[in-house]
Amino acid sequence: MASDDRLERALPDHKPTYTPGQAALEAQRCLYCHDAPCVTACPTGIDIPGFIRKITTGNLKGSARTILSANLLGYSCARVCPVEVLCAGACVHQHQGEKTIAIGRLQRYAVEAATLLRRKPASGKKVACVGAGPASLSCAGYLALEGVAVTVFEKRALAGGLNTTGVAPYKMHVEGALREVDLVRELGVTIRTGVEVGRDVTAAQLLADYDALFLGVGLGADSRLGIPGEDGPGTSGATEWIERLKSAPGFALNGVRRAVVIGGGNTAIDAARELAGLGVVDVTLAYRRSEADMSGYAHELSLAREEGVRLLERAVPQSFARGRDGALLGVALADGRNLEADLVLIAIGQAMPGDEALAGLPAVSRDAKGGIAVDAATGRTGNPRVYAGGDATDAGELVVTAVQDGKCAARAICAQLGITLSADAPVMAGHR
Amino acid sequence: MADLSIDFAGIKSPNPFWLASAPPTNTGEQVMRAFDAGWGGAVWKTLGDPIVDTSSRFGAVALGGMKMAGFNNIELITDRPLELNLREIREVKRRYPDRALIASLMVESKDDWREIIKRTEDTGCDAIELNFGCPHGMCERGMGSAVGQEPKVLRIVASWALECARVPVVVKLSPNVTDILEPAIAAVETGVHGLSLINTLKSLVGVDLDQFVPHPMVGRRATLGGYCGPAVKPIALHAVATLARDPRITVPISGIGGIATWRDAAEFIALGATSVQVCTAVMHYGYRIVEDMIDGLNSYLDGKGMKSVSELHRRAIPAFVEWGDLDLNYKVVAEVDPERCIGCDLCYVACRDSAANCIHTAGEPLPAGHRAPTREAAIAAAGARKTHVVWVDETECVGCNLCSHVCPVHGCVTMKDVTGGAPFESWNDRLAKGTAHVPGGLRDLP
Repeated sequence: MASDDRLERALPDHKPTYTPGQAALEAQRCLYCHDAPCVTACPTGIDIPGFIRKITTGNLKGSARTILSANLLGYSCARVCPVEVLCAGACVHQHQGEKTIAIGRLQRYAVEAATLLRRKPASGKKVACVGAGPASLSCAGYLALEGVAVTVFEKRALAGGLNTTGVAPYKMHVEGALREVDLVRELGVTIRTGVEVGRDVTAAQLLADYDALFLGVGLGADSRLGIPGEDGPGTSGATEWIERLKSAPGFALNGVRRAVVIGGGNTAIDAARELAGLGVVDVTLAYRRSEADMSGYAHELSLAREEGVRLLERAVPQSFARGRDGALLGVALADGRNLEADLVLIAIGQAMPGDEALAGLPAVSRDAKGGIAVDAATGRTGNPRVYAGGDATDAGELVVTAVQDGKCAARAICAQLGITLSADAPVMAGHR
Repeated sequence: MADLSIDFAGIKSPNPFWLASAPPTNTGEQVMRAFDAGWGGAVWKTLGDPIVDTSSRFGAVALGGMKMAGFNNIELITDRPLELNLREIREVKRRYPDRALIASLMVESKDDWREIIKRTEDTGCDAIELNFGCPHGMCERGMGSAVGQEPKVLRIVASWALECARVPVVVKLSPNVTDILEPAIAAVETGVHGLSLINTLKSLVGVDLDQFVPHPMVGRRATLGGYCGPAVKPIALHAVATLARDPRITVPISGIGGIATWRDAAEFIALGATSVQVCTAVMHYGYRIVEDMIDGLNSYLDGKGMKSVSELHRRAIPAFVEWGDLDLNYKVVAEVDPERCIGCDLCYVACRDSAANCIHTAGEPLPAGHRAPTREAAIAAAGARKTHVVWVDETECVGCNLCSHVCPVHGCVTMKDVTGGAPFESWNDRLAKGTAHVPGGLRDLP
């Protein structure tokens, strides 16, 4: 259970769930394209025109089933997917200058209205998933539907991974992420929180106890700048700060009036928007190169600007200025500019997954970038009984791509364990 | 500004827009507000023995974003005392002498008809409309469509009315017949001065799938209602035009059925209506819609250089013929504008699954010898915009028009005339020349 005393609750849902009337009106705008480009653009290949048509006919259970078959985490994806660059970004309405279909909101509406997937009888097989983020939950849920006994090990107190700890609150609060964790749990998955693989149990032990292992351990800690004055009050890694904002009881801003977020990715933009939304008057996004080089989405940056965030280009931090008592004064940039700040968040990426969860697993290796090396189509590592997906591999960086990783791995694990998949099995839906 | 005024069997009206006999014409207060809004005439909600109505009494068919694409009702005639209605009709006519005010009537016996006509005429109303149309409730009591559906009965009741009436008598017809001409001819032969149609169609608008009761529900029961609204317009247009083109129909026609806009009205007038009557659209949006009906019809007539609405009257009648008189040599083919195509592929799947399978996407080949003038441009546009862009194999296209109906983009699919000077030849021409024949058809019967 999430605490009621969480700062994220000060940031309201930007896109509340549709009323039935709103959903019907929006669903009717869908042209029901043949060979629809939105489906191609969805990493999990949800039959989008199909689920939207089911909304128009009032078949909400069928609509939710269509979504969840191809994307078991269709609820969180509906809320956090960057639809502007995925499904909605491919909607043909744009070619005639019309507003694209609000696919994310329709998907949320359908999945909130009804969720119903049936499990197959127990297969006698056992699989362990390490980490309870989107990749693992997807893999675990799909396997459970095929009758596999799955146990998920999560070191944190709350499951859900970045959906719980990292998603911008105005997209989804912790309750939303936990609601989806419950859905996976209802499919028969056992989720053991507060158990850290590598400390409380070894990966090698899991491999010995289970038929297969899925590693969905995500990334490590926030990267550091490595410049003078970085450690001390008023500075924090961005994901660490967002996690506290979302889930630490009693966490507060304590009078921050000027904040700087260092970085140019989506985490940096999220953090800046959150600060602005919480009432911080002066929020600066400091990026070392130009706007065109930013890896964050243009539509997110544009929203950040509307909310009052200022982008400072070519801002290369050189040192942090601190008072005699250690209090943060600001950031000094390489070009001589100084940014005054009460709070600086560092959003320049995260470390690769640590060794703890990999230790003792034969033939599991890393790729050149430090992610767990896997076969792209199946998520299989060098060890035929060990699979990985999500941010721990270099496959993708979205919740929806993690879900697809988990689904592909579930298919491969079923094949490995001798479980025959019927053509209409949920795990077979979407892109093959 | 064109002259919108009409003369309908001697009934003068400043414009052809009348309110049909229905809930919007229930009281004098309502009709006066309608006249203030601009309505040229009103047919008062049917007078007769005051009835008791049910609750609820309306049902609707929602389609797409439209809440009342179709509408039905089981409401009966007026539930107000006759004396009150007559007093208000007199007062409204006194205050609005330039508007057409027509009283709709429905009673049972000859004496009842004589009595109510006499009292109604005393109000100074311009005409009476005999309600032979309502297909629900009143017909169970031997009135409404019970009269309109049976030409013999219609002749008898209409002649009762004509015997005593001094104002023009209009008969409102029921469409719930096999051939609308039969009751219409019966009425004209009796001597009535005008026809109005269509009244509503027998209908059930839906079923509550939890309670298993059709709509609209009256507690745990339901009954058939009269269907109207935009959905019935094509049926009404056909009925009006069928009467208008028949030489035996020598009286003016008031068109009713799904009219909501000036354009609907213009279509009815072009197919032979002199006035039009509106109900559902007013029940949906209020009397105010008449402002655009007047304004829009004026603009249209001005744009066409027509000085009065009478110039529009019957303009489309000559083109409304039997199938056998259509030109079999006329040929169109579809053309998809590659620049406008958004790649939804709706025409593609429609043509593939339901028509000639002649619409193709960029990658598909063109059979040798076939014509597809936009293929190269479609391939180029598909590459440039990274989306599907379709093209038409004109050799295969039968010109059915389905693609242009499913296309969501304005002006993207057009039908191109490729008749190429082939002479006019109809099926009836071929039969006359002996080049076509229907073996076993009606013509071969002994």
